[in-house]
Amino acid sequence: MSLKKISKDQPDKFEFNQQSLEAANKILSNYPMGKEKSAVMALLYIAQRQNNNWIPLSAIKYIAKFLNMPYIKVYEVATFYSMYNLSPVGNFHVQICTTTPCMIRGAYKIVDVCKKKISEKENVLSENGNCSWTEVECLGACINAPMMQINNDYYEDLDIRQSEKIIDEVVLGKKPKPGSYRGRINSEPENNRKTLLDLKNA
Amino acid sequence: MLKDEDRIFKNLYNDLGADLNSSKKRGDWTNTKELCEKGRDWIIDEIKKSELRGRGGAGFPTGLKWSFAPKEVGSRPHYLVINADESEPGTCKDRDILRFEPHKLLEGCLIAAYAVNSHKCYIYLRGEYYNEGIELQKAIDEAYKDNLIGKNASGTGWDLDIYIHYGAGAYICGEETALLESIEGNKGQPRLKPPFPALVGLYGCPTIVNNVETVSVVPTILRKGSKWFASLGKPKNTGTKIFCISGNVNKPCNVEEEMGIPLKDLIETHAGGVVGGWENLQAVIPGGSSMPLLNKEISEKITMDFDSLVENKSGLGTAGIVVINKDQDIIKCFARIARFYKHESCGQCTPCREGSGWMWRILERMAKGEASREEVEMLFDVTKQIEGHTICAFGEGSAWPVQGLLRNFKKEIIKRNNFDPLIKSNKDIPYLVDQHLLEKDNAQNKS
Repeated sequence: MSLKKISKDQPDKFEFNQQSLEAANKILSNYPMGKEKSAVMALLYIAQRQNNNWIPLSAIKYIAKFLNMPYIKVYEVATFYSMYNLSPVGNFHVQICTTTPCMIRGAYKIVDVCKKKISEKENVLSENGNCSWTEVECLGACINAPMMQINNDYYEDLDIRQSEKIIDEVVLGKKPKPGSYRGRINSEPENNRKTLLDLKNA
Repeated sequence: MLKDEDRIFKNLYNDLGADLNSSKKRGDWTNTKELCEKGRDWIIDEIKKSELRGRGGAGFPTGLKWSFAPKEVGSRPHYLVINADESEPGTCKDRDILRFEPHKLLEGCLIAAYAVNSHKCYIYLRGEYYNEGIELQKAIDEAYKDNLIGKNASGTGWDLDIYIHYGAGAYICGEETALLESIEGNKGQPRLKPPFPALVGLYGCPTIVNNVETVSVVPTILRKGSKWFASLGKPKNTGTKIFCISGNVNKPCNVEEEMGIPLKDLIETHAGGVVGGWENLQAVIPGGSSMPLLNKEISEKITMDFDSLVENKSGLGTAGIVVINKDQDIIKCFARIARFYKHESCGQCTPCREGSGWMWRILERMAKGEASREEVEMLFDVTKQIEGHTICAFGEGSAWPVQGLLRNFKKEIIKRNNFDPLIKSNKDIPYLVDQHLLEKDNAQNKS
């Protein structure tokens, strides 16, 4: 269960645009007749994507009507899952994994970089309103620790200097190149490969 | 070391490409039709004989699970659900399967769906794996286009539709019933069992829930034969497994190895050794953060399989190995794990919702040396109050790591927190002061 701060500034109206509507109808067809409720998670995502990375309450109302569900049920889902942002996070949402495997490889150094460069406190927008940062739980890339996620992309094998560079770009509104920052190929042991060797040369 | 030809995931590091053509070159989808034509009973029997155990953490025999599905489809359709909600700290094996071996997974889905009479398969993918989801969707589209899935999939006469359902960052949705709740569009809160999902699962219909890795190895087992698979590893702990070695090692990596490989081999050979040498090892978490830690003496000689780890009061779990060396503060590490569980508790059962917060707060204090001597016993008591008193296994998952810490590092904790209850020393502590300590202190002052 995650603690959610709901934004005080709420737009009055929310409606799916054409593109979102098409995506939503496609998702609906994935589920059996009468079980449209299943699409609620995907629809919240679509709303989040359309509305610059966060979900206003009016979108929750809209989705409730769209799926013929009680408002509270959608609200429940939106507040239960940690990936739905209920207040603005900026164009770039920086999430730093600080769970133990990342922590012991220095994730808190990246947190310090974000504190210095984005905002003193987490979930607070940077001065130019471009980005915000937050500490999250395990993102499932422990082999490539420490790492962070910016919007949908993973940035792996970081150190202080690299993360400073990435955060600088993000604050300026540029998208840094995702992937490993030590030039490492996926999850292989660097320069220490003992397996699948002949295949590599084949 | 396992021979390369016995490895199932030949594209674990993406040397060969993940697309359909490259996958076919590696042998995927070659004789799916023939395998299915041998019949449901043959498939389930082969999987039973191979002694494949679920790779998602609990290690339940897969063949047995499949045989729980009703033999005939009644009024309710059957479902197959793939659990790709990988969020156990220390584990990132499924991510590589989804990215680089998606066709192994899809072929496994077809065979599993055929074996349990299901026409619909949902892959529950964790929301953070957005890019992996795109890769997987690409593979699904390729398979549809090639008529490998869809109507009359691979010429078997069986219809199968595969859909991805994205999660949204809730660890608890890795629990199978919470996962089903989540697909149904509710909060991910686990259901009481029984009834088990095999009889009453998704939308109240019979549902089989399997981990990504379990399903992905099925086609290879059927192709190479259950004897081959059973010949690897140890009896009852057969086959190969992807191990994720992270933490304080020189070369953190994913590697597929035989079950029952010594832990020291994995760390020294594949992961390039502990940072600062083997002597610098403090503890190892052998199977994702839910499993109790192993101390150095046990890590020296333990083999990585379900049964030997259980004998040593731990478990294989997801085989996410987290190595912690002596440069780390072990109490701080576990305080962070406790914070993870506090954050991820779904809030349904009181012992877990409240207890996980208690454990976190006590451990944070212990890491700072602000806890009293008595609280060490109290912490153990709290873990015992959680364990076994919750609907799902999350209670155990949060209590075990703390119990493991207390079992192995009690001396260290007491050394750091060796004073009488807080109030006596009149320390300014920003946490809530426990009321009963206050009372005790008053009583002591009076006497």
